[in-house]
Amino acid sequence: MNLIAPLPMAVPLLAAAVALFLRRWRTAQRITSITALAGALGLSIALLVHVDRTGPVVARIGGWSPAIGISYVIDRFAAMMLVISMLTLLAVLVFAIGEGSKNAASPIFHPVYLVLAAGVAAGFSTGDLFHLFVSFEILLMASYVLLTLDGGEAQVRAGTTYVIVNTIESVILLVAIGLVYAATGTLSMAELPARLAELDPGIRTGLHLLLLVAFGLKAAVFPLFFWLPDSYPTARSPVTAVFAGLLTKIGVYAIVRTQLLLFGETDSTLLLVVAGMTMIVGVLGAIAQNDIKRILSFHIVSQIGYMIFGIALGGPAAIAATIFFLIHQIPIKTSLFLVEGMIEHSVGTSRLDQLSGLARRSGFLAALFLLPALSLSGIPPFSGFVAKLGLLTAGLEARHGALVATAIVGSLLTLVSMMKIWLSVFWGEASTKRLSTVGAAAAEPTWRWPLPMVISTCGLVAVGLALAVAAGPLYALCERAAADLTTAGNYTALVFGP
Amino acid sequence: MSLMLVVLVGVLFATGTYSMLHRSLTRIVVGVGLIGNGVNLLLIVAGSRPGLPPIVGKLTGATDPIPQALVLTAIVIGFALQAFLLALAWRSWTIDGNDDVEDDLEDRRIADQRRRQIRRSEAERRAERERMLSGDDNRDPQGTDAR
Repeated sequence: MNLIAPLPMAVPLLAAAVALFLRRWRTAQRITSITALAGALGLSIALLVHVDRTGPVVARIGGWSPAIGISYVIDRFAAMMLVISMLTLLAVLVFAIGEGSKNAASPIFHPVYLVLAAGVAAGFSTGDLFHLFVSFEILLMASYVLLTLDGGEAQVRAGTTYVIVNTIESVILLVAIGLVYAATGTLSMAELPARLAELDPGIRTGLHLLLLVAFGLKAAVFPLFFWLPDSYPTARSPVTAVFAGLLTKIGVYAIVRTQLLLFGETDSTLLLVVAGMTMIVGVLGAIAQNDIKRILSFHIVSQIGYMIFGIALGGPAAIAATIFFLIHQIPIKTSLFLVEGMIEHSVGTSRLDQLSGLARRSGFLAALFLLPALSLSGIPPFSGFVAKLGLLTAGLEARHGALVATAIVGSLLTLVSMMKIWLSVFWGEASTKRLSTVGAAAAEPTWRWPLPMVISTCGLVAVGLALAVAAGPLYALCERAAADLTTAGNYTALVFGP
Repeated sequence: MSLMLVVLVGVLFATGTYSMLHRSLTRIVVGVGLIGNGVNLLLIVAGSRPGLPPIVGKLTGATDPIPQALVLTAIVIGFALQAFLLALAWRSWTIDGNDDVEDDLEDRRIADQRRRQIRRSEAERRAERERMLSGDDNRDPQGTDAR
């Protein structure tokens, strides 16, 4: 099983090279990328099953000792993230192919998309701080290309902000890593906890803050989120969908690792304040917007606040809820953006003031939007409710009443902004004219979509629903993963092994 | 010996930050390059003691190779990034003849809306004040009724 650990990263990366060679043969390219991602998904599922049954998998790349070389460590948390992100990546790829936009038709879309998948997988499975930086760079570089693939004015403008902010994030992360190495003499996440604990508290706090700022920029937490709602909405819907689902979550994943593994037992007041502000500021931003994509982009920020809240609370119960929240958030958020992509495919716009009465035109589309929207707002039967309930219970147990109240207010405001989309897009008088022609020549809106688009969107919405249906076993799995994460010394013991 | 390098790291960061604060993308690229070099130097300075040879042959008293490997990786990544940024600057120049980083349109729309709101409320307040002044003078009941 140890040999499989790096494969979810390696398979898409190799397939990216193959896809680049196949750029003249479109069908072959599509088959390559779908096969690669399906393969990576299969491997991730196999890893998850294995890891859950028999304990974490550690692969030492090149056979070096973990203290010097890079090791891939897949525990329950990493395996779950791998499965859900590969699933989402596959669904969005199918959607992009079905949409047949200029974007997916570009010969470099598939290679770059696969590189993004490889970066995501590497980020989740690595056990080395510097390799984490490299995987961030891999996925960032791919995301730069995907964001600016159209090369239009808006993409270049938004892409510039995105690239520069992320460059600064990389610089901060690299400085942090350099200083961590200077202070401790190791970059292996297994060795770091013990070495960091020996450091002077001042230096320790400094390193901790540097890492948090770098990962916080990536995750778009409160004072550092400004770049996200500006840059994400300008890309094509499938690209925005995959960014929204995955990229910020890798920042959150890194924060989980930093908080629980590297710097356990620290004061979490800062994170609690940041969490509260992120929830409220993000959702208030969403209410002020006038475009579906922008509303949803601000929601990404707001939802990150809930995850940070869980991380700040610490403790197995809160971490289990955070993991469940992460797992639920990825498909839900992505499916909302895919539905938005379907709207744009039909009507050619995503602006609220130009849309109305879509529910009369296509009840199917309205239902597809409503299910994940209710789940995102945390309405009882859906998975968002389970996740938020877990977080709020943990918050009350830790006596953080103010933050629990903030979280509930944030949740209600999320519902309000979802209602805003619902009222102006789906209800009201049906407008018949197509407002702008993007791609298709038809002046009338079409209410039939290419089959792959429908399948992938329905599939992801179904995954979101399945998370609610299977909430019991899944939550138990999250609790086991959280127990792994919160037991001090566990990670080190398993990496160095017997 | 490494004090010189530490000062140099500081200078590179300062100049890099200064160039990054410009609107022109080309200058930002220069800034990214300077800061990138600053970080690479920082890795070298922080990672190992000066004066020792790199690992060649025997391993006694050699310098730590890991920071050098890290810097090598960072240089390659930085190179790719700067190439991409330059391509972006060129694209921006072909679209609208300059490479300035522009404001977010939606931000501008909201700022305009807010400015208009403030202007309107100021106008209302001024009207109110005038009405009150004139109301005091000739006690016109219609003046107080009107909005």
